[in-house]
Amino acid sequence: MYTDLVMQHFQNPHNVGVLEDADGTGEVGNPVCGDVMKITIKVDDDRVSDIAFQTLGCGAAIATSSIVTDMARGMTLEEAVAISKMDVAEALGGLPAAKMHCSVLATDGLKAAVDDYLVKHGREPISGGLAHDDPDFDPHAVEPETGETCEVEA
Amino acid sequence: MAPDDTTAPRSVYLDYAATTPTDQRVVDAMLPYFTERYGNPNSLYALGRDASRALEAARESMAASINTDSPNELIFTGGGTESDNAALIGLTAAADGKRRHIVVSAFEHHAVLHPAEWLAKHGFELTVVKPREDGIIRPEDLSAVLRDDTALVSVMHGNNEIGTLQPIAELAATAHARGALFHTDAAQTLGKVDFDVRALGVDAATFSAHKIYGPKGIGALYLKRGTRFAPQMLGGGQEFKKRSGTQNVPGAAGFAEALRIMDEERPTEGPRLAALRDRIIDGVLALENTQLNGDRERRLPHIANLIVKGCEGEAMLLRLDALGISVSTGSACSSGSLEPSHVLLSIGCAPEIAHGSLRVTVGRFTTDEDVDYFLESLPPIAATLRQMSPVYAKMFGNSA
Repeated sequence: MYTDLVMQHFQNPHNVGVLEDADGTGEVGNPVCGDVMKITIKVDDDRVSDIAFQTLGCGAAIATSSIVTDMARGMTLEEAVAISKMDVAEALGGLPAAKMHCSVLATDGLKAAVDDYLVKHGREPISGGLAHDDPDFDPHAVEPETGETCEVEA
Repeated sequence: MAPDDTTAPRSVYLDYAATTPTDQRVVDAMLPYFTERYGNPNSLYALGRDASRALEAARESMAASINTDSPNELIFTGGGTESDNAALIGLTAAADGKRRHIVVSAFEHHAVLHPAEWLAKHGFELTVVKPREDGIIRPEDLSAVLRDDTALVSVMHGNNEIGTLQPIAELAATAHARGALFHTDAAQTLGKVDFDVRALGVDAATFSAHKIYGPKGIGALYLKRGTRFAPQMLGGGQEFKKRSGTQNVPGAAGFAEALRIMDEERPTEGPRLAALRDRIIDGVLALENTQLNGDRERRLPHIANLIVKGCEGEAMLLRLDALGISVSTGSACSSGSLEPSHVLLSIGCAPEIAHGSLRVTVGRFTTDEDVDYFLESLPPIAATLRQMSPVYAKMFGNSA
Protein backbone atom coordinates (compact mmCIF):
# COMPACT_ATOMS: atom_id res chain seq x y z
CA MET A 1 0.00 0.00 0.00
CA TYR A 2 2.71 2.47 0.98
CA THR A 3 6.08 2.88 -0.72
CA ASP A 4 9.25 2.30 1.27
CA LEU A 5 9.87 6.05 1.18
CA VAL A 6 6.46 6.77 2.72
CA MET A 7 7.21 4.28 5.48
CA GLN A 8 10.66 5.78 6.08
CA HIS A 9 9.20 9.27 6.49
CA PHE A 10 6.39 7.91 8.65
CA GLN A 11 8.68 5.95 10.95
CA ASN A 12 11.36 8.64 11.16
CA PRO A 13 9.71 11.92 10.19
CA HIS A 14 11.95 14.91 9.56
CA ASN A 15 11.44 18.38 11.03
CA VAL A 16 8.98 17.46 13.77
CA GLY A 17 8.10 20.19 16.22
CA VAL A 18 7.10 23.82 16.49
CA LEU A 19 9.60 26.59 15.75
CA GLU A 20 9.96 29.12 18.53
CA ASP A 21 9.28 32.66 17.37
CA ALA A 22 8.00 31.36 14.05
CA ASP A 23 7.56 33.95 11.35
CA GLY A 24 4.56 32.14 9.90
CA THR A 25 2.16 29.46 11.15
CA GLY A 26 -0.32 27.42 9.17
CA GLU A 27 -2.78 25.00 10.75
CA VAL A 28 -5.14 23.06 8.50
CA GLY A 29 -7.44 20.06 8.73
CA ASN A 30 -9.99 19.01 11.26
CA PRO A 31 -9.97 16.36 13.99
CA VAL A 32 -13.39 15.21 12.76
CA CYS A 33 -11.71 14.22 9.49
CA GLY A 34 -8.84 12.62 11.37
CA ASP A 35 -6.10 14.91 10.08
CA VAL A 36 -4.72 18.15 11.52
CA MET A 37 -1.41 19.61 10.39
CA LYS A 38 0.49 22.59 11.76
CA ILE A 39 3.50 24.01 9.92
CA THR A 40 5.72 26.75 11.31
CA ILE A 41 8.32 28.56 9.23
CA LYS A 42 11.16 31.00 9.67
CA VAL A 43 11.68 33.34 6.74
CA ASP A 44 14.93 34.98 5.71
CA ASP A 45 15.14 37.17 2.61
CA ASP A 46 11.82 35.73 1.36
CA ARG A 47 13.14 32.21 1.63
CA VAL A 48 12.03 29.41 3.99
CA SER A 49 15.09 29.27 6.22
CA ASP A 50 13.68 26.84 8.76
CA ILE A 51 10.51 24.76 8.95
CA ALA A 52 8.82 22.29 11.31
CA PHE A 53 5.57 20.42 11.50
CA GLN A 54 3.18 18.73 13.89
CA THR A 55 0.57 16.32 12.52
CA LEU A 56 -2.31 14.30 13.88
CA GLY A 57 -3.09 11.78 11.20
CA CYS A 58 -2.38 8.54 9.42
CA GLY A 59 0.86 7.24 7.96
CA ALA A 60 0.43 9.23 4.76
CA ALA A 61 -0.41 12.43 6.63
CA ILE A 62 2.78 12.20 8.67
CA ALA A 63 4.92 11.18 5.68
CA THR A 64 3.60 14.00 3.48
CA SER A 65 4.19 16.47 6.31
CA SER A 66 7.74 15.28 6.64
CA ILE A 67 8.57 15.41 2.95
CA VAL A 68 6.92 18.76 2.29
CA THR A 69 9.02 20.33 5.02
CA ASP A 70 12.15 18.83 3.46
CA MET A 71 11.12 20.12 0.04
CA ALA A 72 10.26 23.65 1.19
CA ARG A 73 13.41 24.27 3.20
CA GLY A 74 15.52 26.83 1.32
CA MET A 75 12.85 27.60 -1.27
CA THR A 76 11.59 31.09 -1.99
CA LEU A 77 8.09 31.74 -0.71
CA GLU A 78 6.79 31.65 -4.28
CA GLU A 79 8.43 28.29 -4.89
CA ALA A 80 7.12 26.90 -1.62
CA VAL A 81 3.47 27.72 -2.32
CA ALA A 82 3.84 26.27 -5.81
CA ILE A 83 4.52 22.77 -4.46
CA SER A 84 1.57 20.68 -5.62
CA LYS A 85 0.02 17.58 -4.16
CA MET A 86 1.42 15.64 -7.10
CA ASP A 87 4.91 16.99 -6.33
CA VAL A 88 4.54 15.69 -2.79
CA ALA A 89 3.16 12.33 -3.87
CA GLU A 90 5.86 11.87 -6.50
CA ALA A 91 8.59 12.77 -4.03
CA LEU A 92 7.34 9.89 -1.89
CA GLY A 93 7.36 7.48 -4.83
CA GLY A 94 3.56 7.57 -5.04
CA LEU A 95 0.59 7.56 -2.73
CA PRO A 96 -2.55 5.41 -2.81
CA ALA A 97 -5.40 7.35 -4.45
CA ALA A 98 -7.38 7.35 -1.22
CA LYS A 99 -4.47 9.08 0.50
CA MET A 100 -4.00 11.93 -1.94
CA HIS A 101 -5.92 14.23 0.39
CA CYS A 102 -2.99 13.91 2.81
CA SER A 103 -0.66 15.50 0.28
CA VAL A 104 -3.19 18.30 -0.18
CA LEU A 105 -3.18 18.81 3.57
CA ALA A 106 0.61 19.12 3.51
CA THR A 107 0.67 21.67 0.72
CA ASP A 108 -2.22 23.56 2.28
CA GLY A 109 -0.42 23.72 5.62
CA LEU A 110 2.65 25.15 3.93
CA LYS A 111 0.61 27.70 1.98
CA ALA A 112 -1.18 28.77 5.15
CA ALA A 113 2.14 29.31 6.91
CA VAL A 114 3.52 31.40 4.04
CA ASP A 115 0.36 33.49 3.83
CA ASP A 116 0.40 34.00 7.58
CA TYR A 117 3.94 35.39 7.31
CA LEU A 118 3.02 37.69 4.43
CA VAL A 119 -0.13 39.04 6.08
CA LYS A 120 1.76 39.67 9.31
CA HIS A 121 4.18 41.77 7.30
CA GLY A 122 1.45 43.75 5.59
CA ARG A 123 1.78 41.97 2.27
CA GLU A 124 -0.74 40.22 0.07
CA PRO A 125 -1.16 36.43 0.43
CA ILE A 126 0.19 34.56 -2.58
CA SER A 127 -1.17 31.07 -2.20
CA GLY A 128 -4.41 31.70 -4.07
CA GLY A 129 -6.43 29.95 -1.40
CA LEU A 130 -6.37 26.54 0.21
CA ALA A 131 -7.81 23.48 -1.47
CA HIS A 132 -9.53 22.52 1.76
CA ASP A 133 -11.43 25.80 1.81
CA ASP A 134 -12.92 25.08 -1.62
CA PRO A 135 -16.43 23.63 -1.18
CA ASP A 136 -15.92 21.64 -4.39
CA PHE A 137 -12.65 20.15 -3.17
CA ASP A 138 -12.59 16.41 -3.79
CA PRO A 139 -9.87 14.87 -1.65
CA HIS A 140 -9.69 11.82 -3.88
CA ALA A 141 -9.43 13.68 -7.17
CA VAL A 142 -6.21 13.57 -9.14
CA GLU A 143 -4.52 16.47 -10.88
CA PRO A 144 -6.58 17.02 -14.04
CA GLU A 145 -3.61 18.03 -16.18
CA THR A 146 -1.93 14.66 -15.81
CA GLY A 147 -4.97 12.45 -16.04
CA GLU A 148 -3.09 9.86 -14.08
CA THR A 149 -3.55 8.64 -10.59
CA CYS A 150 -0.58 8.69 -8.29
CA GLU A 151 -1.47 5.30 -6.93
CA VAL A 152 1.23 2.78 -6.30
CA GLU A 153 0.85 -0.91 -6.93
CA ALA A 154 -1.24 -2.61 -4.24
CA MET B 1 10.76 -5.45 25.54
CA ALA B 2 10.70 -3.88 22.13
CA PRO B 3 13.51 -5.18 19.93
CA ASP B 4 16.44 -3.00 19.02
CA ASP B 5 17.36 -2.16 15.44
CA THR B 6 19.62 -5.15 15.02
CA THR B 7 17.01 -7.67 16.06
CA ALA B 8 14.26 -8.91 13.79
CA PRO B 9 11.00 -7.89 15.45
CA ARG B 10 9.08 -10.68 17.07
CA SER B 11 5.75 -11.49 15.53
CA VAL B 12 2.69 -10.99 17.69
CA TYR B 13 -0.62 -11.55 15.96
CA LEU B 14 -3.51 -9.79 17.69
CA ASP B 15 -6.04 -9.70 14.86
CA TYR B 16 -7.84 -13.01 15.31
CA ALA B 17 -11.19 -11.38 14.52
CA ALA B 18 -9.88 -10.71 11.01
CA THR B 19 -8.79 -14.26 10.44
CA THR B 20 -7.11 -17.15 12.20
CA PRO B 21 -4.31 -19.45 11.22
CA THR B 22 -5.58 -22.84 10.14
CA ASP B 23 -4.96 -25.27 12.98
CA GLN B 24 -2.62 -28.11 12.02
CA ARG B 25 -5.22 -30.61 13.24
CA VAL B 26 -7.66 -29.05 10.79
CA VAL B 27 -5.14 -29.23 7.96
CA ASP B 28 -4.55 -32.90 8.77
CA ALA B 29 -8.30 -33.54 8.62
CA MET B 30 -8.50 -31.90 5.21
CA LEU B 31 -5.46 -33.36 3.48
CA PRO B 32 -6.85 -36.76 2.41
CA TYR B 33 -9.65 -35.06 0.50
CA PHE B 34 -7.21 -33.27 -1.77
CA THR B 35 -5.19 -36.21 -2.98
CA GLU B 36 -6.58 -39.62 -2.05
CA ARG B 37 -10.27 -39.18 -1.34
CA TYR B 38 -10.80 -36.60 -4.05
CA GLY B 39 -14.10 -37.81 -5.48
CA ASN B 40 -16.96 -35.58 -6.45
CA PRO B 41 -19.58 -36.15 -3.75
CA ASN B 42 -22.26 -36.13 -6.44
CA SER B 43 -20.74 -39.05 -8.37
CA LEU B 44 -22.36 -42.44 -7.95
CA TYR B 45 -19.26 -44.62 -7.92
CA ALA B 46 -17.28 -45.56 -4.84
CA LEU B 47 -14.90 -42.61 -4.86
CA GLY B 48 -17.86 -40.22 -5.07
CA ARG B 49 -19.78 -42.05 -2.38
CA ASP B 50 -16.75 -41.82 -0.14
CA ALA B 51 -16.59 -38.04 -0.63
CA SER B 52 -20.33 -37.79 -0.07
CA ARG B 53 -20.02 -39.65 3.20
CA ALA B 54 -17.26 -37.30 4.32
CA LEU B 55 -19.38 -34.28 3.40
CA GLU B 56 -22.39 -35.59 5.25
CA ALA B 57 -20.30 -36.51 8.27
CA ALA B 58 -19.06 -32.93 8.38
CA ARG B 59 -22.60 -31.62 8.05
CA GLU B 60 -23.89 -33.90 10.80
CA SER B 61 -21.09 -32.96 13.15
CA MET B 62 -21.67 -29.24 12.68
CA ALA B 63 -25.45 -29.60 12.79
CA ALA B 64 -25.15 -31.39 16.13
CA SER B 65 -22.92 -28.61 17.45
CA ILE B 66 -25.51 -25.93 16.73
CA ASN B 67 -28.45 -28.19 17.62
CA THR B 68 -30.42 -28.21 14.39
CA ASP B 69 -33.53 -30.34 13.95
CA SER B 70 -31.91 -31.95 10.91
CA PRO B 71 -28.44 -31.88 9.36
CA ASN B 72 -30.12 -30.83 6.13
CA GLU B 73 -30.78 -27.43 7.67
CA LEU B 74 -27.10 -26.66 7.21
CA ILE B 75 -25.86 -25.79 3.72
CA PHE B 76 -22.24 -25.25 2.84
CA THR B 77 -21.33 -22.01 1.08
CA GLY B 78 -18.23 -20.22 -0.11
CA GLY B 79 -17.86 -18.22 3.11
CA GLY B 80 -19.51 -15.82 5.51
CA THR B 81 -20.11 -13.12 2.93
CA GLU B 82 -21.89 -15.56 0.64
CA SER B 83 -24.01 -16.83 3.52
CA ASP B 84 -25.02 -13.30 4.50
CA ASN B 85 -25.85 -12.38 0.91
CA ALA B 86 -27.78 -15.61 0.41
CA ALA B 87 -29.78 -15.05 3.60
CA LEU B 88 -30.70 -11.43 2.85
CA ILE B 89 -31.55 -11.94 -0.80
CA GLY B 90 -32.81 -15.53 -0.68
CA LEU B 91 -35.21 -15.00 2.22
CA THR B 92 -36.66 -11.77 0.88
CA ALA B 93 -36.97 -13.03 -2.69
CA ALA B 94 -39.03 -15.95 -1.41
CA ALA B 95 -41.12 -13.88 0.99
CA ASP B 96 -44.82 -13.23 0.66
CA GLY B 97 -45.12 -10.48 -1.95
CA LYS B 98 -46.94 -8.29 0.55
CA ARG B 99 -43.96 -8.23 2.89
CA ARG B 100 -41.63 -5.66 1.39
CA HIS B 101 -39.89 -4.28 4.48
CA ILE B 102 -36.58 -5.37 5.96
CA VAL B 103 -34.75 -4.36 9.13
CA VAL B 104 -31.02 -4.61 9.76
CA SER B 105 -28.91 -3.24 12.56
CA ALA B 106 -26.66 -0.25 11.95
CA PHE B 107 -23.49 -2.12 12.87
CA GLU B 108 -23.89 -5.17 10.67
CA HIS B 109 -20.99 -6.36 8.58
CA HIS B 110 -20.98 -4.92 5.07
CA ALA B 111 -21.85 -8.43 3.84
CA VAL B 112 -25.30 -7.74 5.34
CA LEU B 113 -25.49 -3.97 4.90
CA HIS B 114 -24.69 -3.95 1.21
CA PRO B 115 -27.26 -6.57 0.15
CA ALA B 116 -29.77 -4.76 2.38
CA GLU B 117 -29.02 -1.53 0.54
CA TRP B 118 -29.26 -3.39 -2.76
CA LEU B 119 -32.70 -4.69 -1.76
CA ALA B 120 -33.72 -1.14 -0.87
CA LYS B 121 -32.99 -0.20 -4.48
CA HIS B 122 -35.02 -3.12 -5.76
CA GLY B 123 -38.42 -2.75 -4.23
CA PHE B 124 -37.91 -3.25 -0.50
CA GLU B 125 -38.07 -0.65 2.23
CA LEU B 126 -35.11 -0.72 4.59
CA THR B 127 -35.11 0.35 8.22
CA VAL B 128 -31.89 0.46 10.21
CA VAL B 129 -32.14 -0.15 13.95
CA LYS B 130 -29.35 1.36 16.02
CA PRO B 131 -27.57 -0.13 19.00
CA ARG B 132 -27.44 1.85 22.22
CA GLU B 133 -24.15 3.38 23.36
CA ASP B 134 -23.19 0.11 25.06
CA GLY B 135 -23.23 -1.62 21.67
CA ILE B 136 -26.36 -3.67 22.38
CA ILE B 137 -29.58 -3.70 20.31
CA ARG B 138 -32.65 -3.54 22.55
CA PRO B 139 -35.69 -5.70 21.66
CA GLU B 140 -37.95 -2.71 22.33
CA ASP B 141 -35.99 -0.64 19.81
CA LEU B 142 -36.44 -3.41 17.23
CA SER B 143 -40.13 -3.73 18.11
CA ALA B 144 -40.62 -0.02 17.50
CA VAL B 145 -39.55 -0.28 13.85
CA LEU B 146 -41.24 -3.58 12.95
CA ARG B 147 -44.26 -3.44 10.68
CA ASP B 148 -46.95 -5.83 9.55
CA ASP B 149 -45.14 -6.07 6.23
CA THR B 150 -41.66 -6.74 7.64
CA ALA B 151 -40.25 -9.76 5.82
CA LEU B 152 -36.86 -10.13 7.46
CA VAL B 153 -34.80 -8.87 10.37
CA SER B 154 -31.01 -9.36 10.44
CA VAL B 155 -29.00 -8.64 13.58
CA MET B 156 -25.54 -10.08 14.12
CA HIS B 157 -24.88 -12.29 17.13
CA GLY B 158 -21.57 -10.79 18.17
CA ASN B 159 -20.26 -7.60 16.65
CA ASN B 160 -17.01 -8.14 14.78
CA GLU B 161 -15.50 -4.78 15.69
CA ILE B 162 -16.52 -4.07 19.27
CA GLY B 163 -17.36 -7.63 20.30
CA THR B 164 -20.69 -6.97 21.99
CA LEU B 165 -23.10 -9.91 22.16
CA GLN B 166 -26.69 -9.29 21.19
CA PRO B 167 -29.82 -10.69 22.88
CA ILE B 168 -30.61 -12.80 19.82
CA ALA B 169 -33.32 -14.99 21.40
CA GLU B 170 -35.30 -11.92 22.47
CA LEU B 171 -34.72 -10.15 19.17
CA ALA B 172 -35.80 -13.22 17.17
CA ALA B 173 -38.94 -13.60 19.30
CA THR B 174 -39.71 -9.92 18.74
CA ALA B 175 -39.41 -10.35 14.97
CA HIS B 176 -41.49 -13.52 14.97
CA ALA B 177 -44.26 -11.79 16.92
CA ARG B 178 -44.78 -9.62 13.84
CA GLY B 179 -44.46 -12.49 11.40
CA ALA B 180 -40.96 -11.60 10.20
CA LEU B 181 -38.10 -14.02 9.68
CA PHE B 182 -34.91 -13.56 11.67
CA HIS B 183 -31.34 -14.01 10.43
CA THR B 184 -28.20 -13.62 12.51
CA ASP B 185 -24.62 -13.32 11.32
CA ALA B 186 -22.72 -15.58 13.69
CA ALA B 187 -19.43 -15.56 11.78
CA GLN B 188 -17.65 -14.04 14.75
CA THR B 189 -19.39 -16.07 17.46
CA LEU B 190 -19.60 -19.67 16.26
CA GLY B 191 -17.41 -21.77 18.50
CA LYS B 192 -16.49 -18.81 20.71
CA VAL B 193 -19.70 -18.93 22.75
CA ASP B 194 -22.54 -21.43 22.89
CA PHE B 195 -24.60 -21.24 19.72
CA ASP B 196 -27.86 -23.22 19.70
CA VAL B 197 -30.24 -22.45 16.85
CA ARG B 198 -33.22 -23.91 18.70
CA ALA B 199 -32.56 -21.99 21.89
CA LEU B 200 -31.99 -18.78 19.95
CA GLY B 201 -35.01 -19.39 17.72
CA VAL B 202 -33.43 -18.02 14.56
CA ASP B 203 -34.58 -18.89 11.04
CA ALA B 204 -31.20 -18.43 9.44
CA ALA B 205 -27.60 -18.00 10.59
CA THR B 206 -24.27 -17.30 8.93
CA PHE B 207 -21.04 -19.10 9.77
CA SER B 208 -17.47 -18.87 8.51
CA ALA B 209 -14.65 -21.39 8.88
CA HIS B 210 -11.63 -19.12 8.82
CA LYS B 211 -12.68 -17.32 12.00
CA ILE B 212 -12.30 -20.57 13.97
CA TYR B 213 -8.96 -21.91 12.72
CA GLY B 214 -10.55 -23.51 9.67
CA PRO B 215 -9.76 -22.80 6.02
CA LYS B 216 -10.73 -19.70 4.11
CA GLY B 217 -13.29 -20.03 1.35
CA ILE B 218 -15.91 -22.07 3.13
CA GLY B 219 -18.87 -21.03 5.20
CA ALA B 220 -22.28 -22.36 6.07
CA LEU B 221 -25.82 -21.09 6.21
CA TYR B 222 -28.33 -22.47 8.66
CA LEU B 223 -31.83 -22.44 7.19
CA LYS B 224 -34.59 -23.66 9.46
CA ARG B 225 -36.62 -26.46 7.91
CA GLY B 226 -39.62 -25.12 6.03
CA THR B 227 -38.18 -21.64 5.58
CA ARG B 228 -38.89 -20.38 2.07
CA PHE B 229 -35.65 -19.54 0.33
CA ALA B 230 -34.80 -18.51 -3.23
CA PRO B 231 -31.32 -19.78 -4.12
CA GLN B 232 -28.93 -17.48 -5.93
CA MET B 233 -26.54 -20.20 -7.02
CA LEU B 234 -28.35 -22.23 -9.63
CA GLY B 235 -27.02 -25.27 -11.42
CA GLY B 236 -26.66 -28.87 -10.44
CA GLY B 237 -28.95 -28.61 -7.44
CA GLN B 238 -26.39 -29.51 -4.80
CA GLU B 239 -26.96 -28.64 -1.13
CA PHE B 240 -30.67 -29.48 -1.29
CA LYS B 241 -31.10 -27.20 -4.33
CA LYS B 242 -30.21 -24.23 -2.14
CA ARG B 243 -26.62 -23.74 -3.28
CA SER B 244 -25.56 -25.35 -6.51
CA GLY B 245 -21.94 -26.09 -7.18
CA THR B 246 -19.66 -29.01 -6.41
CA GLN B 247 -19.13 -28.98 -2.70
CA ASN B 248 -15.80 -28.10 -1.13
CA VAL B 249 -15.27 -31.43 0.57
CA PRO B 250 -11.83 -30.71 2.08
CA GLY B 251 -13.18 -27.37 3.30
CA ALA B 252 -16.24 -28.96 4.86
CA ALA B 253 -14.12 -31.61 6.58
CA GLY B 254 -11.84 -28.87 7.88
CA PHE B 255 -14.72 -26.66 8.98
CA ALA B 256 -16.30 -29.51 10.95
CA GLU B 257 -12.99 -30.39 12.59
CA ALA B 258 -12.37 -26.74 13.43
CA LEU B 259 -15.76 -26.47 15.13
CA ARG B 260 -15.27 -29.76 16.95
CA ILE B 261 -12.01 -28.47 18.41
CA MET B 262 -13.62 -25.15 19.36
CA ASP B 263 -16.42 -26.96 21.18
CA GLU B 264 -14.03 -29.33 22.90
CA GLU B 265 -11.66 -26.62 24.10
CA ARG B 266 -14.14 -23.84 24.85
CA PRO B 267 -14.58 -24.62 28.57
CA THR B 268 -10.92 -23.79 29.19
CA GLU B 269 -10.10 -21.65 26.17
CA GLY B 270 -13.01 -19.23 26.65
CA PRO B 271 -11.91 -18.11 30.13
CA ARG B 272 -8.26 -18.02 29.05
CA LEU B 273 -9.04 -15.71 26.15
CA ALA B 274 -11.32 -13.55 28.28
CA ALA B 275 -8.49 -13.10 30.78
CA LEU B 276 -6.08 -12.06 28.02
CA ARG B 277 -8.70 -9.71 26.60
CA ASP B 278 -9.28 -8.18 30.02
CA ARG B 279 -5.56 -7.65 30.51
CA ILE B 280 -5.49 -5.77 27.23
CA ILE B 281 -8.51 -3.68 28.19
CA ASP B 282 -7.14 -2.87 31.64
CA GLY B 283 -3.67 -2.20 30.28
CA VAL B 284 -4.83 0.26 27.65
CA LEU B 285 -7.30 1.92 29.99
CA ALA B 286 -4.40 2.53 32.38
CA LEU B 287 -3.19 5.09 29.83
CA GLU B 288 -4.80 8.48 30.23
CA ASN B 289 -7.45 9.56 27.74
CA THR B 290 -8.48 6.13 26.57
CA GLN B 291 -11.83 4.37 26.47
CA LEU B 292 -13.35 0.96 25.85
CA ASN B 293 -15.97 0.66 23.14
CA GLY B 294 -18.97 -1.51 23.90
CA ASP B 295 -20.28 -3.08 27.05
CA ARG B 296 -17.56 -4.42 29.31
CA GLU B 297 -19.32 -7.66 30.26
CA ARG B 298 -21.63 -8.62 27.39
CA ARG B 299 -18.88 -9.25 24.88
CA LEU B 300 -17.08 -12.00 23.04
CA PRO B 301 -14.10 -13.41 24.90
CA HIS B 302 -11.57 -12.45 22.24
CA ILE B 303 -12.38 -8.86 21.21
CA ALA B 304 -11.23 -5.60 22.79
CA ASN B 305 -11.92 -2.32 21.00
CA LEU B 306 -10.30 0.72 22.51
CA ILE B 307 -9.79 4.40 21.76
CA VAL B 308 -6.45 6.07 22.36
CA LYS B 309 -7.49 9.70 22.15
CA GLY B 310 -5.22 12.08 20.31
CA CYS B 311 -3.71 9.28 18.18
CA GLU B 312 -4.86 8.26 14.74
CA GLY B 313 -5.57 4.55 14.44
CA GLU B 314 -3.65 3.81 11.28
CA ALA B 315 -0.57 5.56 12.65
CA MET B 316 -0.72 3.38 15.79
CA LEU B 317 -1.31 0.29 13.64
CA LEU B 318 1.73 0.99 11.46
CA ARG B 319 3.97 1.78 14.43
CA LEU B 320 2.88 -1.44 16.13
CA ASP B 321 3.45 -3.31 12.87
CA ALA B 322 7.02 -2.03 12.78
CA LEU B 323 7.45 -3.85 16.10
CA GLY B 324 5.90 -7.01 14.67
CA ILE B 325 2.47 -6.54 16.25
CA SER B 326 -0.63 -6.97 14.08
CA VAL B 327 -3.82 -5.20 15.18
CA SER B 328 -6.78 -3.57 13.44
CA THR B 329 -8.36 -0.13 13.55
CA GLY B 330 -11.69 1.46 12.76
CA SER B 331 -9.94 4.60 11.62
CA ALA B 332 -11.11 5.96 8.28
CA CYS B 333 -7.60 6.16 6.97
CA SER B 334 -7.03 2.43 7.09
CA SER B 335 -10.08 1.73 4.99
CA GLY B 336 -9.51 4.17 2.17
CA SER B 337 -12.73 5.89 3.15
CA LEU B 338 -12.96 9.30 4.77
CA GLU B 339 -15.51 8.05 7.29
CA PRO B 340 -14.39 6.11 10.33
CA SER B 341 -15.96 2.77 11.21
CA HIS B 342 -19.74 2.69 10.84
CA VAL B 343 -19.80 0.45 13.88
CA LEU B 344 -18.16 3.03 16.13
CA LEU B 345 -20.34 5.82 14.73
CA SER B 346 -23.45 3.67 15.35
CA ILE B 347 -22.76 3.56 19.10
CA GLY B 348 -22.41 7.33 19.26
CA CYS B 349 -18.64 7.54 19.03
CA ALA B 350 -17.76 11.00 17.66
CA PRO B 351 -15.69 10.85 14.45
CA GLU B 352 -12.74 12.68 16.03
CA ILE B 353 -12.69 9.98 18.70
CA ALA B 354 -13.38 7.04 16.39
CA HIS B 355 -10.25 7.86 14.37
CA GLY B 356 -8.22 6.74 17.37
CA SER B 357 -9.58 3.22 17.64
CA LEU B 358 -7.67 -0.02 17.95
CA ARG B 359 -9.25 -3.45 17.70
CA VAL B 360 -7.10 -5.97 19.52
CA THR B 361 -8.26 -9.57 19.27
CA VAL B 362 -6.72 -12.64 20.84
CA GLY B 363 -6.87 -16.31 19.97
CA ARG B 364 -5.63 -19.84 20.36
CA PHE B 365 -1.98 -19.02 19.96
CA THR B 366 -1.92 -15.78 21.98
CA THR B 367 0.25 -15.96 25.08
CA ASP B 368 0.63 -13.79 28.17
CA GLU B 369 3.99 -12.72 26.76
CA ASP B 370 2.30 -11.52 23.59
CA VAL B 371 -0.04 -9.35 25.62
CA ASP B 372 2.90 -8.10 27.72
CA TYR B 373 4.75 -7.11 24.55
CA PHE B 374 1.72 -5.25 23.19
CA LEU B 375 1.13 -3.44 26.48
CA GLU B 376 4.80 -2.45 26.66
CA SER B 377 4.87 -1.29 23.05
CA LEU B 378 1.74 0.83 22.93
CA PRO B 379 2.45 3.56 25.54
CA PRO B 380 5.63 4.93 23.91
CA ILE B 381 3.88 4.89 20.52
CA ALA B 382 0.93 6.79 21.98
CA ALA B 383 3.28 9.26 23.64
CA THR B 384 5.22 9.86 20.41
CA LEU B 385 2.10 10.37 18.33
CA ARG B 386 0.51 12.62 20.94
CA GLN B 387 3.65 14.74 21.12
CA MET B 388 3.57 15.00 17.34
CA SER B 389 -0.08 16.08 17.39
CA PRO B 390 -0.82 19.80 17.05
CA VAL B 391 -4.11 19.41 18.91
CA TYR B 392 -3.64 16.80 21.65
CA ALA B 393 -2.69 19.26 24.35
CA LYS B 394 -5.45 21.63 23.23
CA MET B 395 -8.08 18.90 23.16
CA PHE B 396 -7.15 17.11 26.33
CA GLY B 397 -5.40 19.77 28.34
CA ASN B 398 -2.41 17.76 29.45
CA SER B 399 0.81 16.36 28.14
CA ALA B 400 1.19 13.06 26.36
